[in-house]
Amino acid sequence: MKVVLQNLTKIFPSRNKKSNEEVVAVNDFSFEIPDGKLIGLLGPSGCGKSTTLYMISGLQKPTSGKIFFGDDDVTELSTENRGVGLVFQNYALYPHMTVKQNILFPLQNLKGADKPSKEEMLERAHYAAKLVQIDELMDRKPSELSGGQQQRVAIARALVKMPRVLLLDEPLSNLDARLRLQTREEIRRIQKETGITTVFVTHDQEEAMSISDMIVVMKLGIVQQIGKPQDVYDSPVNLFVAKFLGTPPINVFNGHIKDNKVYIGEDMVLEVKDVPNQEVLIGIRPEGFVLQENGPLQCRLNNVEVMGRDVSIVSTNDASANPVIRSIINADNKVNSDAEFVRYAIKPHKMFIFNKENEERIYFEVK
Amino acid sequence: MVDNKQQWKAWLYLAPAIALLLVFTVWPIINTIRMAFLEGYKSLEAAGGVTFSFGIGNFVKVIQYQRFLNCLKNTILLCVLTVPISTILALLIAVALNSIRPLQRILQTIFFLPYVTNSIAIGMVFAAMFNIVGSFYGTENEIIVTAGIINNVIEFFGGKAVNWINYGSSYTANITVMVVYIVWNALPFKILVLLGGLQGINKQYYDAAKVDGTSRRRIFSKITVPLLSPMLAYVVITGFIGGFKEYTSIVGIFGEAMGPADDAKRLNTMVGFIYDALSSNNQGRASAAALILFGIILVVTMINMQVSKKRVHY
Repeated sequence: MKVVLQNLTKIFPSRNKKSNEEVVAVNDFSFEIPDGKLIGLLGPSGCGKSTTLYMISGLQKPTSGKIFFGDDDVTELSTENRGVGLVFQNYALYPHMTVKQNILFPLQNLKGADKPSKEEMLERAHYAAKLVQIDELMDRKPSELSGGQQQRVAIARALVKMPRVLLLDEPLSNLDARLRLQTREEIRRIQKETGITTVFVTHDQEEAMSISDMIVVMKLGIVQQIGKPQDVYDSPVNLFVAKFLGTPPINVFNGHIKDNKVYIGEDMVLEVKDVPNQEVLIGIRPEGFVLQENGPLQCRLNNVEVMGRDVSIVSTNDASANPVIRSIINADNKVNSDAEFVRYAIKPHKMFIFNKENEERIYFEVK
Repeated sequence: MVDNKQQWKAWLYLAPAIALLLVFTVWPIINTIRMAFLEGYKSLEAAGGVTFSFGIGNFVKVIQYQRFLNCLKNTILLCVLTVPISTILALLIAVALNSIRPLQRILQTIFFLPYVTNSIAIGMVFAAMFNIVGSFYGTENEIIVTAGIINNVIEFFGGKAVNWINYGSSYTANITVMVVYIVWNALPFKILVLLGGLQGINKQYYDAAKVDGTSRRRIFSKITVPLLSPMLAYVVITGFIGGFKEYTSIVGIFGEAMGPADDAKRLNTMVGFIYDALSSNNQGRASAAALILFGIILVVTMINMQVSKKRVHY
């Protein structure tokens, strides 16, 4: 089932009656989610990603705009008639029911001809439980389960009624680091197995990048960029997206362009074609640095962190907008950690130039 | 573990509280048990040097008393009627209050007002509301003038005025008035506790139920009530304990006569019986009745706890 969001806007009226400050949680969001894909809504807190999810679920009504499931306009449809499965951030498992009762609950709500027989309900509950591998925990109460197991129960409960769309609100935020890795692959597997169009919300870019077919990066209610994770990472449209994706984060420098030469501070790092002279911000991914004895960019070396496969070099430069510059170099390169300076060449495709005023990307061709 | 040097300090700080509890709580309890088992104990005679033999004579006498059995019947009847009615009403009101936005605060305050009002004062108002004036000296069972607002309302809608509490009123009418009064009096506390419980329920359960297409009735019975069950158990248990100690409400409506003018003591309760025994200098009998009351409350509370073990989800 494809999901189409058409000029979706949500405005919350101001809490304070005296001031008329409205909060625009989601601003003119249009996107067609292809059938059977896993989509990650990504952004810092307060960017409107959860609001978008709740509007798709029907728990919140959009101020304007339309939502379609396939060809059905569901904008005015109430939650229970939309056929969505929603997994809450805190799972919202009913604490007084066993795992089995929790999973059966949505089925028991069905009415009339839709209501399956008791045997069928149990069968479907067992199928859903098997899918998320909790079929051995059916008689436990939620309080007797670990966070990861509760998460699976919540997913099973959302899946058991065979929703048209599965929605996950920060599905991994309550899990510890190891479980998080495991569970995100699990979510990916379940999504592939069921083929249900899935939208999930997260503020963790790594999580979104690792399992999504497509990611939507949002900021203050406005969609910044939509695309395949790798494409968005490789070609961010603005400084915000560039900064938001990637760990360690992108290094940002103050620079300028003069006579088609790109300068960081006083160091000329790259020659480009047909870019007007101006002050710019330059972003370089940590993996965009190459150690080179007479490389154009000179930085003061702070320390070298060995991470096995890679070496992370921490250095400083007066032109850097961040306190330190972090570069990741293949461990084959021997780094003299006692040296005072380190010199880099820059990989052009790992370097992005942004307008200093509006922080939009300035595209360039290497000369 | 606190070492010995520190321990005497702890005891020192606890001493005032312990001393007061020993004198005013522990000793009276022990003394009550002692007096209950001293046959025909009267404190004035005891002070005069009379000794009493040890036995269960007080209990036997109390149980054989028709008046005591009547008190027992009244108490149990009022308990069994008022606790479920007030709990269910309080639950409905609390759920309704919780689901409205405008006026919630002010309605909450209004519903809580009876709690801060003196129950004797409320009783007098209720007595006036259920009153009839004129039948006192008229012929029995014939109401000449109706003055109470309740009877006025009944007559306004074409009904026949009822003699609720006055001379010649029926036991059923008396109990009805008591039930209305006790329920009304018990509501605020229960609403307060249940509303607090409701507001503590995570809204996400309701969102989840909504997504799953749960009907309102099922949300109430499968989610709200189970999640509220600790609070419900609390108000039921305290309701029963309070119900068995019912006394002031009867005084509030019927005065110290504890019944309509033609049948004083008709609505007397267990606590009323104990009070009467004490005021007629019969401490042995009062103590025995108090212990019986204690036993009943203990058993009922244990049954409540046992039931709630199965039904309450903490």
